[in-house]
Amino acid sequence: MSADNDPTGMTRRQLIRHGAWFGAAVVLTVAGGEVISHVAGAAGSAGAAQQSRPALRFAQISDSHIGFTGPANPNVAETFSHAIGQINSLGYTPDFVIHTGDLTHLATPAQFDQVKQMLTGLNTPRVFTVPGEHDSTDDAGQKYRQAFGAGTRGDGWYSFDIAGVHLIGLVNTLNMQKLGHLGTDQLEFIEKDVAGLSSDTPIVVFSHIPLFAMYPDWGWGTEDAAQALSYLKRFSSVTCLNGHVHQLFSKTEGNVTFYSGTTTAYPLPPPGQGPAPKPVTLPAGKLRDALGIREVSYTKGQQALALKDQKLT
Amino acid sequence: MKVIVSLAAVGVLFTAACSSPASNTTPTSPSITFQSDMTPGMSGMQSPGKSNPAMPGMSGMQSPPASASPTAADSPAPQGGTAVSISDFKFNPATLTVPVGTTVTWTNQDEEPHTVAAKDGSFHSPGMGTHGTYSFTFTTPGSYDFICSIHPFMTGTVVVTK
Repeated sequence: MSADNDPTGMTRRQLIRHGAWFGAAVVLTVAGGEVISHVAGAAGSAGAAQQSRPALRFAQISDSHIGFTGPANPNVAETFSHAIGQINSLGYTPDFVIHTGDLTHLATPAQFDQVKQMLTGLNTPRVFTVPGEHDSTDDAGQKYRQAFGAGTRGDGWYSFDIAGVHLIGLVNTLNMQKLGHLGTDQLEFIEKDVAGLSSDTPIVVFSHIPLFAMYPDWGWGTEDAAQALSYLKRFSSVTCLNGHVHQLFSKTEGNVTFYSGTTTAYPLPPPGQGPAPKPVTLPAGKLRDALGIREVSYTKGQQALALKDQKLT
Repeated sequence: MKVIVSLAAVGVLFTAACSSPASNTTPTSPSITFQSDMTPGMSGMQSPGKSNPAMPGMSGMQSPPASASPTAADSPAPQGGTAVSISDFKFNPATLTVPVGTTVTWTNQDEEPHTVAAKDGSFHSPGMGTHGTYSFTFTTPGSYDFICSIHPFMTGTVVVTK
């Protein structure tokens, strides 16, 4: 090792190259139109992280809105296809891919067929989904569950374990009054699901609508999320990943960090900007900057998961 | 902002270019553990059973077309007093009063789809695309609160008088 190496034993180039996976990962977040970088995984020691590669790597995509037609994105299938290709070009095989909802725009059988067909092109062993409100437009999610609900419980919720991490997929787009809604059956499922887990088990929760109050006036929150999160209070690391808002955003509340993902279809305005959360048409050539994919990794010995958001290239 | 964006671009470049198997590939993929009665998700391209990706419920999923599908956009425009316009994620008027037996027609003027769903379950439209319409005939007097089930912060009321 040459003298110009930094204390972690990595050159600057290596650090950039591996920044997403080792030590302090730089996370780009867009909040109110500003790009903010911040550090995730600060709880672990850099030395320990350097020794091990991630135990788990997965990718998140969201809000593909297959079937949308409008000036905000004249070809949502093309941009979704591009996002899938970008995941397939990461240079490694993600252990799974999660789509956090609004797979379709209007929950028609043809749109479910199309998006399901496209998802099978992901180079990964397993693809998980949660429904968005567009996927349950008029039938309380029946067509969604027909397409994606195999092996799930209740209205489509589920959990699984991989690499020592416990992951929970929630459905919060049914029986809504104003905000996202989980309901008593699902809350009971969460309580029982985590009851036997040791408190140092990292927990990852997927939902379409944010589990935090991002902007309730536009329905960007979940009315009974506090109850769900109360069952997760004793865990040292809880990461909640959502879609719905079509923009990057993150927030930490106690032991829980929430990350809103962006879309593969079209941007929505920042919270409260304009009269409604309606599709934003960007100047020519700017659309892909607002779309993207997300990589998530977990390294044993690190408390927090590392996230890396990529724009659509 | 430019610096951060270019950093991200560099990161992306190196990640994409990082093809050395020793440094960037987990030798054995971690396996997913399901509880006995939960096997969510679907197989991706890499799964061992890829040659036969069919899962229960995957084929034959064509549902019959919704019987109460939105009427064509070229149907006659409803007369004043029985129409609700949907624009900028608002019902206009927010409260409509009609005599019993009236057919009310909602028209979506937004680029986003909307629905109208009665809180008491008495009516629920399919998703209406841009310029899509939905009609419902009120045969019982009363006050009917409704929302858009996609954007449930959108609320309206039809008051049906005798």
